[in-house]
Amino acid sequence: MTQSIAGTGVPVTSRASWREKLAAATPFIVLVPSLVATLIYVFLFTAWTIYISLTKSAMFPVATFQGPKAYFDLWANARWNIAYNNLFLFSIFYVLGAMGVGLLLAILIDQRVRAESMWRTIFLYPLAVSFVVTGTVWGWLYSPDSGIQMLVRSLGWSNFNFALTTSKDTAIYAIIITGIWQSSGFAMALLLAGLRAVDPDIIKAAQIDGAGPFRTYTRVILPTIAPIFIAVMVVLLQFAIKTFDLVVALTAGGPGLSTTFPALYVYDMMFQRGQIAQGAAAAMMILAALAVVLVPYSLWLVWRRRREASNG
Amino acid sequence: MADMAVANVATFDAEAAGARRRWVAGRVVIYAILVLFSLVYLMPLVVVILNSFRDLPEINHNGLIAWPRSFSFDSWFQAWGSYCVGGTCQGVKGNFFNSLAMTIPATIISTALGAINGYILSKWKFKGSDILFGCMMLGVFIPGQLALMPWAYLLGKIHLTNSVYGLILIHCVQGVSFTTLFCRNFYVNIPDDLIKAARIDGAGFWRILWKIILPISPPILIVTVIWQFTGIWNEFLFGVIFTSGTQQPITAALVALGSGGLTVHAYNVASAAVLIGALPPLLVYFLGGKYFVRGLTQGAIK
Amino acid sequence: MSSLTIRNIFKNFGTVEVLKGIDIEAKTGEFVALVGPSGCGKSTLLAMIAGLESVSRGEIYIGDRLVNSVAPKDRDIAMVFQSYALYPTMTVRENMLFGMQSRGVPKAEQVAAIERVSSFLQIQALLNRKPGQLSGGQRQRVAMGRALVRDPQLFLFDEPLSNLDAKLRVEMRTEIKKLHSRVGKTTVYVTHDQVEAMTLASRIAVMHQGSVQQFDEPQTVYDRPANMFVAGFMGSPAMNFIPADLVADGNKTAVSFKAADGSMVKLALYNGAGDKAPGRRVILGIRPEHLFRFNDDLKAQKPGIATLTAPVELVEPTGAETMAVMRVGDLEVLGRFDPDGAPRTGENITLGVDMAHACIFDPETQRLI
Repeated sequence: MTQSIAGTGVPVTSRASWREKLAAATPFIVLVPSLVATLIYVFLFTAWTIYISLTKSAMFPVATFQGPKAYFDLWANARWNIAYNNLFLFSIFYVLGAMGVGLLLAILIDQRVRAESMWRTIFLYPLAVSFVVTGTVWGWLYSPDSGIQMLVRSLGWSNFNFALTTSKDTAIYAIIITGIWQSSGFAMALLLAGLRAVDPDIIKAAQIDGAGPFRTYTRVILPTIAPIFIAVMVVLLQFAIKTFDLVVALTAGGPGLSTTFPALYVYDMMFQRGQIAQGAAAAMMILAALAVVLVPYSLWLVWRRRREASNG
Repeated sequence: MADMAVANVATFDAEAAGARRRWVAGRVVIYAILVLFSLVYLMPLVVVILNSFRDLPEINHNGLIAWPRSFSFDSWFQAWGSYCVGGTCQGVKGNFFNSLAMTIPATIISTALGAINGYILSKWKFKGSDILFGCMMLGVFIPGQLALMPWAYLLGKIHLTNSVYGLILIHCVQGVSFTTLFCRNFYVNIPDDLIKAARIDGAGFWRILWKIILPISPPILIVTVIWQFTGIWNEFLFGVIFTSGTQQPITAALVALGSGGLTVHAYNVASAAVLIGALPPLLVYFLGGKYFVRGLTQGAIK
Repeated sequence: MSSLTIRNIFKNFGTVEVLKGIDIEAKTGEFVALVGPSGCGKSTLLAMIAGLESVSRGEIYIGDRLVNSVAPKDRDIAMVFQSYALYPTMTVRENMLFGMQSRGVPKAEQVAAIERVSSFLQIQALLNRKPGQLSGGQRQRVAMGRALVRDPQLFLFDEPLSNLDAKLRVEMRTEIKKLHSRVGKTTVYVTHDQVEAMTLASRIAVMHQGSVQQFDEPQTVYDRPANMFVAGFMGSPAMNFIPADLVADGNKTAVSFKAADGSMVKLALYNGAGDKAPGRRVILGIRPEHLFRFNDDLKAQKPGIATLTAPVELVEPTGAETMAVMRVGDLEVLGRFDPDGAPRTGENITLGVDMAHACIFDPETQRLI
């Protein structure tokens, strides 16, 4: 690394005193601890996990290499299949649901309603709450004898069924609904910011062109904020892929195995069942899922930026 | 503004007869939907708050979502000091303080490091600094699951297993990526000319940091602190794996308390415990509301 | 083809009165410019004509129709915005089609209109591009195309050239003028640039603080400004203002003020202005281009010439002309001179002041006398 007075590009000659060289190197030196820590965390830990996934580790890490066997075992495992099916289902409904609700709320608030900050505060507070708290409380609400079901039945609708967590088939929907409840405020906040950033002249032009509110939204406003939709979707997908706290608090993966998720599978394999290699393999699968979401998105962002720059 | 344009049409439409009725009807629908959603959003919070003041028999009799017909502070005292959680019967106060002891130092350290790193990466660029920044940023996206085994090994080696200090270390290392990203994106917008002028005046690295950068940093520091505090306090995975029993942060204690929600237990005490665990970030949110949102819109859309 | 009538228009935003009694009209095919500094209300007035803002009091007629409560889309108008407001996610063609689709115009007509307008504006090659891929001038033309496709009664322009760089602005200004002469629609054009207003409009409405200061043809507004605001706003560099007294000078009236050397100067008023009674304070307004280096030929060419001696403090050659800052009493006065024989710094120049073009203003009301 050529020494230079950082920020100016003026090179420090070798005849500069050691003090000047130290000053030139200070920024780098100060950065080093965080840099090293982060690089270890990002690369070394990942490499280590990859390594373990390729060994015969069970209760404890061992150095016996067994190649990709753990991955094959993983994909043959019925429980893992349930886990990533759940993830798939959850991701679709959770992302679409949170974005849909968020968009609705954003459009409503955008109609120049009064007490806007009050609405925003109400819809956003779940973000400040841990998924654990949300899961615990909603778990109580889903209880058949004292939760929402009991309340609605006592009001007269005796066939109302909201005990989603008690049944293997419906428990996943409990997680989806609670997830949407937690995250739609987030989608709303970002979409509202996007709506606010639309050039007001475009809206006026659409008015003069004779477009009603619906047409203005669907053909003019929403397409203009399409990048924000994508950004929100990417963030929500990340949340979905990493889902752990919510499930543990709400259903603990049950009833039975019906709401197990990849993140729970990793935890189980590593710390309950003593199958570290498989757990590591599952962790790599989670990373792969994230990469599938993030890499195209990053490339798309870069491509977009380049195209905008060249258009001027 | 979109709202202004629509409202403008609305305002002047209102002058024609019949159109006014339609406009008012529109407003009613809008507010009705907002109120409906507000109820859905607030309901869990209100239920928990109310239940923390009710007697258990009354809850069991009238259900969780009912107007309170009893009132006592008992559950709060129990939740704080005497309820049996995770093997000991000392309530969650220990866990609460564990969370505090973990979150505050980790927040301060990761934010401070993030600010300094952000300053370096935006104003003191050197060859390869952009690549290094990119690598550091990856830390934001790494799933925690990848780090479990390595941390277990590392913490074992330095004898920090089952300790708050271990958690502080974890959160600092994992948080630095995020705080650096945030602060750097903020500092990039400070004109470079400001730094150059300072250098011509003879200021060096530390002096510029102290005299120029820090004084204009409060907005981003507040956002970062809020975001970090909330994230670290609410974190569960590492808390539950790397500590146990009395050393656990409150999120892990709550899960032990709630145990999946299917078994019958003391709803009132549990509600109080949940509130104890949720209150600090909620307070931060209510007090720092606009900074929260600012952090969202700045940081989430990378 | 129709005209526009604005009668006694008032507009409040809450308690703030933004427009205070506007009365202007545009005849069919006329190009009217609304010009004034920021905050004078011109954009608000345009928005009200378009129907984007409601009317607090007064009437707006497009043709014979009272349009106060008519929706923008039904007013038969088209508008070009400062930022062009092209729909960024649609192609140029889709941009132009959008309005017709919203109004349910038959497909065949839509295609015909696009054909007609795109060949008229020479933008056929751009039809499949998106606004982000166009240059500033191209976007301007597409915005006009979107307006033309409507074939409206009234064209509204809201500072369409402000976002362009200086050179492009001059080019596009000429294009707009050519367009107007070919298409011949009634046009209302808002700008803060008085040069644009002068070059484009057949009549100018100069606005200030919510009211129309003067509504007349460009040359009239320039030569006989109704008040000191109009006089100072129109024309660059601005008119010189010299406080003076009206005194008798033989059988004529003259303005009298102190020169740089302390002596009192008298400049005789020229025809028509001579019937102003002496004995009051006034403000003399004289434009920089009406100051000349005095020579005897000048008097023959310009009968209204009066002389004045002033020291030259600063000289600014621009190539095409030379500006000179001269001292009159305690004031600085600006003059525009031919580069040949221009004043020199430090010279005590004898000026010929063309009093035929001088304006006399009342100091209290600031109006032209």
